[in-house]
Amino acid sequence: MYDIAIIGAGVVGGMIADTLAKYDLKLCILEKESDVAMGATRANSAIVHAGFDAAEGSLKARMNVRGSEMMKDVTTRLGVKYNNNEALVVGFEHERDEVKAIYERGLANGVKGLKFLESEELHALEPHLNKDLTCALLATTSAIVCPYELCLAAVGNAMDNGAELMLDFEVSAIDKNGDAYTVKAADGRTVETKYIINSAGVYSDKVAAMTGDADFTITPRRGEYMLLDKECGNFTQRTIFHTPTKMGKGILVSPTVDGNLLLGPTATDIDDKDDTSTTAEGFATIFAKASDNVADIPFNKVITSFCGLRATGSTHDFIIKEKDGVVTLGGIESPGLSSAPAIAEYVEEILGGINALGAKKTSYKAERRPAHYFRELSMAEKNEIIKKNPAYGKIVCRCEGITEGEIVEALTTNPAAHDLDGVKRRTRSGMGRCQGGFCSPTVVELIAREHGIPFESVTKFGKGSIINYGKTKGDN
Amino acid sequence: MIRELTCIVCPKGCQLKVELEGKNILSVSGYTCKRGLAYAETECTAPMRTLTTTAPVEGGGVVPVKTDKPVPKELLFKCMEVVNSACVAKDAKLGDVVVENILDTGANIVTTRNVQL
Amino acid sequence: MKADLVIIGGGPAGMSAAVAAYDAGIRDIIILERDKSLGGILRQCIHNGFGLHRFKEELTGPEYAYRYELQVRERNIPFKLNTMVLDITPSKVVTAMNSEDGLFTIEAKAIILAMGCRERPKGALNICGRRPAGIFTAGTAQKFVNMNGYMPGKKVVILGSGDIGLIMARRMTLEGAEVKAVCELMPYSGGLARNIEQCLNDFSIPLMLSHTVVEIHGKERVTGVTIAKVDERRKPIPKTKQYIECDTLLLSVGLLPENELTKSANIILDRITGGAVVDQNRQTEIEGIFACGNVLHVHDLVDYVSEEAEIAGKAAAAFINGKHANDKSLKLVTDGKVRYTVPQCITACADVTVYFRVADVYRDVRIVVRDGDKVLVNKKKQKVAPGEMETVTLTKEMIEGVSTDTLSFSIEA
Repeated sequence: MYDIAIIGAGVVGGMIADTLAKYDLKLCILEKESDVAMGATRANSAIVHAGFDAAEGSLKARMNVRGSEMMKDVTTRLGVKYNNNEALVVGFEHERDEVKAIYERGLANGVKGLKFLESEELHALEPHLNKDLTCALLATTSAIVCPYELCLAAVGNAMDNGAELMLDFEVSAIDKNGDAYTVKAADGRTVETKYIINSAGVYSDKVAAMTGDADFTITPRRGEYMLLDKECGNFTQRTIFHTPTKMGKGILVSPTVDGNLLLGPTATDIDDKDDTSTTAEGFATIFAKASDNVADIPFNKVITSFCGLRATGSTHDFIIKEKDGVVTLGGIESPGLSSAPAIAEYVEEILGGINALGAKKTSYKAERRPAHYFRELSMAEKNEIIKKNPAYGKIVCRCEGITEGEIVEALTTNPAAHDLDGVKRRTRSGMGRCQGGFCSPTVVELIAREHGIPFESVTKFGKGSIINYGKTKGDN
Repeated sequence: MIRELTCIVCPKGCQLKVELEGKNILSVSGYTCKRGLAYAETECTAPMRTLTTTAPVEGGGVVPVKTDKPVPKELLFKCMEVVNSACVAKDAKLGDVVVENILDTGANIVTTRNVQL
Repeated sequence: MKADLVIIGGGPAGMSAAVAAYDAGIRDIIILERDKSLGGILRQCIHNGFGLHRFKEELTGPEYAYRYELQVRERNIPFKLNTMVLDITPSKVVTAMNSEDGLFTIEAKAIILAMGCRERPKGALNICGRRPAGIFTAGTAQKFVNMNGYMPGKKVVILGSGDIGLIMARRMTLEGAEVKAVCELMPYSGGLARNIEQCLNDFSIPLMLSHTVVEIHGKERVTGVTIAKVDERRKPIPKTKQYIECDTLLLSVGLLPENELTKSANIILDRITGGAVVDQNRQTEIEGIFACGNVLHVHDLVDYVSEEAEIAGKAAAAFINGKHANDKSLKLVTDGKVRYTVPQCITACADVTVYFRVADVYRDVRIVVRDGDKVLVNKKKQKVAPGEMETVTLTKEMIEGVSTDTLSFSIEA
């Protein structure tokens, strides 16, 4: 019997797990995919929003402003890269009133560090902007993080503190038995738990329905992105938004914490909850809209494109509620990443209110070693490590400079990677300019070796995503 | 009948024209070296190819191999079957014979590198 | 550590440069190779067709590489394997890492860059669809098949008709896969004519010119691709879309010189070749740093790589020995039909072979080299194509006689 089962290992579920791991609870995280951070967390804009977007008085506004305030400490504690790079909401002359309105709303939401900029100041800050832009809102608290890095660290820290992660656990039914719940997976596994946290992202409405709650629906909103080579990472220093529309914050141009340049997202409402296709229209929209704000973007430096789904709720605000021991989190669309620490704190408060938490652990370890610590070390420190473990002297991914030691670490530390994409998200191996062309056969070898599985059983991202069909010729 | 060929003897890839009457070659044009002429002639009568592939190594893995001279083109897949069921010794060196006189073609399958690096 | 000559890369270029430098009297050489053996990408190019120029016989990639490896070993030229160079500075300090030595630096008198090239990845192509397993560059698939001995696909579509794509069409077919088509965006193939003949035509694999892949289907593994014909501006024509069922998409859409280290030394790159700007000695703008092989510009024949590397090796030796002539200053300019030349400039009076590529397929043309109005070379060609590198040799006398400061290269009717 578990005390708490968290359904969905995205950044929200992960932050909740990390927050609850300090209590003396038997905790499990149930994830439908073969790895954590596979839903909206895998592919989004990676922005810690300052909090000027959401309507005054909304739960979104409250969570965003609080989450943004907490983010620096949370990322420091979990060893996750965080860059307070600031953001600009830019506008043409005819949009001046809208930019002003956003500024006012930010003030009303309690966002600190906002400033209205005139043309000259704006272009002095960011020389690559479209010269026709005449005004902007500067948000000095806006920052960037890597969403899956944060999720991996949060889940990893929860696991290091005793939480269990069950992968490929697609919840198919939830039954109430007296004071407890039985959560059933599609493959027949079951989990008994006293409390449930539904952080199932685009599937949160389906999971809610299994607990008898049909109050809201989630419409997946597709967002396509393009990622440019690291040579372009300094093209803009700040995150550049355009004045927002009903469908979201428009196409942004932003550096990433890893030094690439990110363009996107588009916004298309769809029915299929896992249709992450990119489209020709999407590419065209990104080219056109990004160019409205930033001039001469080197589109020939695109190294990859991808698509993520945002969980857009029917109520247009975050839904966070508790009933009969089930905490439901619905409609956690943008700014879900920014809000995640605050949502976790709020869930902790709700669970405390129904006496679900009990005493804190004495053994809880709050700090986590950064996943990328090796790269930050000095030459002498690296040589110390290489002397003890030669695998750290062997570069596998030449574009990103990732060593065998770091890849083995990703395959053996919580939450361990099991496939090629899992290694990529944890180490950046294969994420550079050659996109895994050189290193993927070697990474496949390492996965097979570390997990003791045949070479041909290694997948790209679990399930049927096989990479090789078997040997070219029989064994001898 | 005129048959047009791309010479595969060297990277120049000369465009050859072969005038044929049944199986008899009346003339060849477009070649720029003697080997090109020879290629045109065999290609129109009995086309030959060098096979390059890999062979299984004792204890696992593969090593690159080739036929040490061209074999009839229509035998390529049959040669593959033979090579795929061969077994190369762990200590084989570049040039070692893996299959002798494969399918009676007169060609041997030889390794093209040392198994041990 | 210190060394007279550090060679970055132990493939055909690096080995050939090392041998040439050694034979020119340099002894304090070190080759740094990132892989577990010498040979570079040739190790996985198990097909034949190498060495016709250098050795007057047809060798496979591993055999060609081994000939040079033996030359390196016979001379006892030191090399470090599994060693990745992480940085080079304009003052020729090389930082590298491996398991035995950890992170270390070498102060070099001269450096030869011989890092090779990489394949252009899918991301750069903006193909629609999801990102299932089963999309590989041709070279990655080649490594899985030839080095690991595994089959990355059973039903294959290949995008791009570069030589690696063509070679892999045959290779996968021989190993039992069905290669359904090779799509080429351009109206002509970028690969060698002989490879179209022996890799596609021999196996009745269709080469679809002016076609591209517009969408990838499949959630976990590729289940098919949609291809379409493209118009003159290379835009897909919607009504020509067709679906091909397959489990694998191989990409052979171009090679890019791998010049991250070159950039770290602040060496100017040629916008077209993607490699350093060099003189006839393959010296970059930084004295004592040379470049050769595919890191300088992508070659179609390894024989030319070896030839070029010898030039760089000899020149590096001359530089180390302080015998470096500098008695001329010529810029080589092109007309656009000639896309680029290597070298891009000439700094001494000597016989110089200039390598270049053209922008399109041209028939019955002349390759013309001019000094102002004066025609120095006027070479007739039946056909020139982007896939095939051309050469022109300028004699020492010609170069001495040049009266202006530029030589112009053009393709004329």
